[in-house]
Amino acid sequence: MNTQPLDFVPASEFKQRASGAVADAHLRKSFRGAMDFLINKRAAQFPDPVALESQRALAEHIRKYSLARLPELLEQLERKLTDNGVKVHWAENAEEACAIIVGIAQRHSTKLMVKGKSMVSEEVELNHAMAAAGIDALESDMGEYIVQLDGEKPSHIIMPAIHKTKQQIARLFADKVPGARYTESVDELIGIGRAVLREKFMSAEIGLSGVNFAVAETGTLCLVENEGNGRMCTTVPEVHIAITGIEKVVEKLEHVPPLFGLLTRSATGQAITTYFNMISGPRKPGEKDGPGEMHLVLVDNGRTQAYGDEQLRSTLQCIRCGACMNHCPVYTRIGGHAYGTTYPGPIGEIISPHMLGLNATHVLPTASSLCGACGEVCPVRIPIPELLVRLREEAQHDARPGHAPLRGQGAAKSRLVDAVWSGWAALYTRPAFYRAFGWLATRFRALTPPMQGGWTVSRTPMKPAARTLHELMAERTKR
Amino acid sequence: MSARDNILRRLRAAPQGKAPLVPDVPAFYAAVSAATPPSTRAARIELFCEKMAFWHGEVVRVTAANWPHKLREICTAKGVRSLLYGEPSAHAEALKSAGIAGLKSYDRPLAEWKKELFEDTDAGLTSTRGGIAETGTLIVWPDASEPRLMSLVPPIHFALLDADQLYDTLFDAMQAQRWSDGMPTNALLVSGPSKTADIQVTLAYGAHGPKELVVLLLVNEEEVQ
Amino acid sequence: MDAAGSRHYPDKPAKVYLFGTCLIDMFCPEAGMSAVHLLEREGIEVLFPADQTCCGQPAHSSGFPEQARAVARAQLGLFPEPWPVIVPSGSCAGTMRHHYPEMFADDPQLQAKASALAERVFELSEFLVHVARVSLADRGAPARVALHTSCAARREMGTHEHGRALLAQLGAVEVVLHEHESECCGFGGTFSLKHPAISSAMAGDKVDALKETGAETFLSADCGCMLSLNHTLQKQRDGFQGQHLATFLWQRTSGEGGQQ
Repeated sequence: MNTQPLDFVPASEFKQRASGAVADAHLRKSFRGAMDFLINKRAAQFPDPVALESQRALAEHIRKYSLARLPELLEQLERKLTDNGVKVHWAENAEEACAIIVGIAQRHSTKLMVKGKSMVSEEVELNHAMAAAGIDALESDMGEYIVQLDGEKPSHIIMPAIHKTKQQIARLFADKVPGARYTESVDELIGIGRAVLREKFMSAEIGLSGVNFAVAETGTLCLVENEGNGRMCTTVPEVHIAITGIEKVVEKLEHVPPLFGLLTRSATGQAITTYFNMISGPRKPGEKDGPGEMHLVLVDNGRTQAYGDEQLRSTLQCIRCGACMNHCPVYTRIGGHAYGTTYPGPIGEIISPHMLGLNATHVLPTASSLCGACGEVCPVRIPIPELLVRLREEAQHDARPGHAPLRGQGAAKSRLVDAVWSGWAALYTRPAFYRAFGWLATRFRALTPPMQGGWTVSRTPMKPAARTLHELMAERTKR
Repeated sequence: MSARDNILRRLRAAPQGKAPLVPDVPAFYAAVSAATPPSTRAARIELFCEKMAFWHGEVVRVTAANWPHKLREICTAKGVRSLLYGEPSAHAEALKSAGIAGLKSYDRPLAEWKKELFEDTDAGLTSTRGGIAETGTLIVWPDASEPRLMSLVPPIHFALLDADQLYDTLFDAMQAQRWSDGMPTNALLVSGPSKTADIQVTLAYGAHGPKELVVLLLVNEEEVQ
Repeated sequence: MDAAGSRHYPDKPAKVYLFGTCLIDMFCPEAGMSAVHLLEREGIEVLFPADQTCCGQPAHSSGFPEQARAVARAQLGLFPEPWPVIVPSGSCAGTMRHHYPEMFADDPQLQAKASALAERVFELSEFLVHVARVSLADRGAPARVALHTSCAARREMGTHEHGRALLAQLGAVEVVLHEHESECCGFGGTFSLKHPAISSAMAGDKVDALKETGAETFLSADCGCMLSLNHTLQKQRDGFQGQHLATFLWQRTSGEGGQQ
């Protein structure tokens, strides 16, 4: 079993991993089962399609409004949090974000940091940076704890260990947790995790968390969770560090209920989570618990690139519910690890190019049949298929006139592919040639190549009909 | 240039189309509630109890007069040996006169008794600022007398909820209690005991926080079932 | 998007244009001919502009907007009279109806033309249900069929509902549901070429689900999905095959055995 933290596997090897994943019957079955479960749970929360559309319209509106005012809202948030006693940091990229957090940890002579669920901390690979500085960073969300214990990455943003069976987890705990006996009882397994992690909450110097919504008007960080580990991380250790992307800010507290309501219903089909934790500052004099010191790290890491283009900006509307991956037929077949990125599935395909550059990620936007299931369920109505098409264009061309090039712009440019599409356009814009081509293809249909690239991997070759529709229709006119 | 300046500069340099209108969230909720029959106290109580039960929370209907007695019965039944409460609080005197065994007050900073709190405290009793019927949710605002961990660390969380303070929705509660005028250092919504479905989407309770949540719902004499 | 009931439908016209689509032209012309027969039986004259080629969707979805625009633009002038344009493919109809106007967003004149055309585009089964308002008389033997609707057709054109409405008129035909009916069949145009492993897995699951219903055949209003699934089944040496919805409807109601 792998005990080392996995490096991010490059997205460029996506196809290879995807092929391996679809051949893995166990993985296929477990993802299918889990996704069906989540799909049905979500559907049960939205019995009325008209009501759902009005909720989505409002949520989209709130997110677009917040993004339109993003620089002002970030400044307002910073002001309010500073007034509340929270230190606000800004990081342009992953390295800066990690350096800030390692710096805080070192100032406090930290040996152990306990972590609540934070995808941004995964995105900036904080655990590596902490390990390099000799500080333990322990995941405390049960799913995250399990995958970390097994040296893996999460395979789903909401359900990190969804790829594992309870038997695998039972074996893992028996092997890795001192004193744990082999048990397949889920309650007992959770009990083992609880006991280990309670010790850690007590001894950790720092607790780290993500943020689901940051409210500018009150300087409030909102965290959504079921387990209570997020509350532990943000309450028990003396120092709390929250890390979040710059897009998570909303202006008013009243903007939170519509987003929160859609987030939990879309994610796991729950009307609400067990805890909604609203933190507006460190403990005040007289308060007996809560951190004495609090930090917020605002991370850019490619988000301003998406923001710089009015179409791509809608990527930042995302509230990280994961519904797009639950409903994605590609994700369901290959699971989260095949993507090789922190954010898998449709949202990962549209956001990873901004974080990692198109050089490393240009294949991801092509890994979609554009079926539209993702866009249909997105609670904030991100037009994911349109953004996939746009990124396919950006990967294969220079920047549009008047647009700044994206990182890795044109990474998938190919003279051959250009020539194919130019030839295609030349043929399909010249009706006489097109008809002649159809005439030839049907007359010589016996000569159709038996191997047709990817098509014939699992299909028989395409073969033209005996006559084209054009010919059949022309004959009718003659008659 | 600092990271802050660079980020804000890039954001400000981005093209901005027509500014979206301010979202009218109150109008949205007003339209939703206009489309449903006006809620009554009885309906809110019913709905709250139903939803809280769905989250695996227990609701016990009590009165202002009998709740300490009820709590003592429940503690005995559940084998609670130590019950944590906060002082000063509106309910502390009544609680202390009920003769519950193992009462202890959260009267010191956490650092001074962390181990005891984690390892030797069976239950905690907190007040609430209200509840939300739609989702079966408690509004808990910890403060100096009732600190944050009272509702998280002990395996059983008892919460006193006044049925007068039941709201239809989170939005209603927020508006009625004017949250935006000033938030406490920590405010919580709690819907049931701690849980997880991280192992094979199988639900398990008591992941990190309480394994049980018992709501003592303060109602009028005639509303006690 | 055309959410059910939101589109205003005109009265039945005397004439329509047929846009046959490039796939039907080359690979399943019988589906195009069936569409013609179904329309003509309703007393509608079908005009087939000889210069039509392709809606441009393949280049559009592959990230070659310039080439897509060039090909789309070549279609814009082919339908000068105000007759409806009937497309026997949900995804091509969706492209013309929903993507044409945005494809020409930076050219007001072309955009006006594209929008005017988009307004007149109908997917065949939509047109048969809502404009021609057909009533079909089934002349076939009892049959069980499954229906696979392409994703674009479903989400952009509501074709699944129109297909069901038409099949419901056939007295001896039982339409059976299959597992994960709304899920993609894995075709996705160039996706099937670029990601054969994933596409094959999706197609494999879809044909399994269709076969499990015990249906004799499956129907689709999109030639792309149908071809992808049929060729997958052929590779598996499975006799189960699908048909274009138009072909099936014509065969059931005309008494013709199948061959055009």
